[in-house]
Amino acid sequence: MSNELKVRTMAELAAEGKEPEILFWVGCAGSFDDRAKKITRAFVKLLNKAEVDFAVLGTEESCTGDPAKRAGNEFLFQMQAMTNIEVMNGYNVKKIVTTCPHCYNTFKNEYPDLGGKYQVFHHTELLRSLLEEGKLKVEGGKYDGVDITYHDPCYLGRGNGQYEAPREVLRQLEIDIKEMKHHKENSVCCGAGGAQMFKEAEPQKEEIFVFRTREALETQPKVIATACAFCNTMITDGVKFFNKEQEVKVLDIAELLEEGTK
Amino acid sequence: MQYIDNIIFVILLGIGIGYFTYNIKKAIRNVKLGKPSNRNDRKDERWKNMLLKAFGQQKMFKRPIPALLHLVVYLGFIIINIEVIEIIIDGIFGTHRVLHPLGKFYNFLIGAFEFLAALVIVAVVIFWIRRNVLKLLRFQNPEMKGWPKKDANIILYFEMVLMSAFLIMNAADYKLQLLKYGHYYFKEGIVGGFPISSYLISFLPDNVQSLVMIERGAWWFHIIGILIFLNYLYFSKHLHILLAFPNTYYAKLPPLGKIDNLESVKKEVQLMMDPNADPYAAPPEDAGEPERFGAKDIFDLEWVYLLNAYTCTECGRCTDVCPANQTGKKLSPRKIMMDVRDRMEEVGKNIDKNGKFVDDGKSLLDYISKEELWACTTCNACVEECPVENDPMDVIIQVRRYLVMEESAAPSELNMMFTNIENNGAPWQYSQMDRLNWKDE
Repeated sequence: MSNELKVRTMAELAAEGKEPEILFWVGCAGSFDDRAKKITRAFVKLLNKAEVDFAVLGTEESCTGDPAKRAGNEFLFQMQAMTNIEVMNGYNVKKIVTTCPHCYNTFKNEYPDLGGKYQVFHHTELLRSLLEEGKLKVEGGKYDGVDITYHDPCYLGRGNGQYEAPREVLRQLEIDIKEMKHHKENSVCCGAGGAQMFKEAEPQKEEIFVFRTREALETQPKVIATACAFCNTMITDGVKFFNKEQEVKVLDIAELLEEGTK
Repeated sequence: MQYIDNIIFVILLGIGIGYFTYNIKKAIRNVKLGKPSNRNDRKDERWKNMLLKAFGQQKMFKRPIPALLHLVVYLGFIIINIEVIEIIIDGIFGTHRVLHPLGKFYNFLIGAFEFLAALVIVAVVIFWIRRNVLKLLRFQNPEMKGWPKKDANIILYFEMVLMSAFLIMNAADYKLQLLKYGHYYFKEGIVGGFPISSYLISFLPDNVQSLVMIERGAWWFHIIGILIFLNYLYFSKHLHILLAFPNTYYAKLPPLGKIDNLESVKKEVQLMMDPNADPYAAPPEDAGEPERFGAKDIFDLEWVYLLNAYTCTECGRCTDVCPANQTGKKLSPRKIMMDVRDRMEEVGKNIDKNGKFVDDGKSLLDYISKEELWACTTCNACVEECPVENDPMDVIIQVRRYLVMEESAAPSELNMMFTNIENNGAPWQYSQMDRLNWKDE
């Protein structure tokens, strides 16, 4: 398969007098982090396969302000939010899809009050719909005999009550999820949220990602599935901590689906 | 002199209820020290929340064993209190078992109370064992040393003693009825059901005078105990038996991921973004003092968080599920709630003493350390877990806001993150121009 991705920017489309159906908000990790970029590419491949009419903001994209808000810098958050809203409203954006639960939560819950009213989807929600509509077709048996567990990102799960979309995608792939001791609303954080990603941890017995990864590994998985680039980073670090990187892969739902669709 | 008992009873009842009312008014005043809270929306959801989570104890059942034990004590408490109605009427009018004309239903009620009382004693003993012998982890955190530990045990002792007094009173009464002594004897025969206390009568003396003493003693002990317990609530974590109801009504409703946008900041940002705004304009005269960003003290928190603090029963489920706490960090969401209450009570005493709050040079930050505040991952596990729907996480965010926006006191790495967002629109130091590089890699 060709490695060419079909990605247009909002600016390019606007120049042609067009508006895409949906904006794909890539997010900082998806844009800059080497591991997360692979998730972005996998998701775009799926969008291409399903022939979704989408565009990205490219260099016009900025931080949603989520880490600033959670770290207490409400001022910076609102500056970011208002600027982003100006850009998106300028392009007449109606729908947004993002691979990041933090961006998702912020758009969905915190932007409307500042003038940014959009229909917001997490990529697992969009992928579930694309599967339901038959726009993506699963290649059966791809994950036969592969034990997979799923880690709920806090801002998708507890934060927004979305436990089923990612699980439904996995079920469509004929995966029988081996649930961890703590899952869904009782899930344990990976340790990245609340701006922890960007600082060293306070004095502690162990890192949160070690704690969570231990639980994931107890299910004896071949793959730990996630739906958040930050969770992916943390749990990948956890798997390395336990010297299991040869046996256990940490993959995004988008990557699993991309591998498993025709 | 024949009315002396009634008079003493009425006086005690008056003092008991009066002092309780006095303290509850104080608690309401303290809660009102907080800022206005807009929690009057989505009324249907709020009533439902209260019904499920306070009345129905839905969240308790995440942990079935303590939930069942707690249910016994809760039902026992509510149902046995029906008996208190009779006790109060008897006390005021000098009657004895005034409700007995209810007949079989009365016998059934008293019998049911006895069963519940016995079950409550069993449940409370198990609770005591869990705290003091099995030493469940969540009761051993540093914030549970000293008064909080004592408080929890005092409540358990209260319940044991009150229930025992009730059973002993019934046993003595039953025995006096069997002996057909004085007004204890009803011409209808045995009045009341004594499924538990009938096993106790053999331990009681056969002498009627002693039996009357025991019955009267237990009766007075029981009702005075209830009045003392009622008044103990205000000083204890046990206020949740009342406040769980308003607290679940005013609780944060889903989505939990949403954190309110600070209004005071909104005004500033809108002004900054408005090309027509005059940056040198003097503020309007009626503007008042500019509001503080974030929360330094309890006055800066919305009142709902102060209600949260009074409602917290220090069960520690929040701390038990907190990822920071589980990995050995200092942060404990329960302690955050306890700190808010401790500070609120300190401010309350200050007001009691001075008539109004006189600056004592202290704030919430004397209770909550930065180390605790910066360890939170904002994962909402504590909020999800709390049986009475408290929101310690939001308190953390609000104090962080104060530290960052008023004191510029964020950890240096976070300041770097802020600078990166300001300069290049990402928390890391990457150029915004490289945002689309992933496409061709």
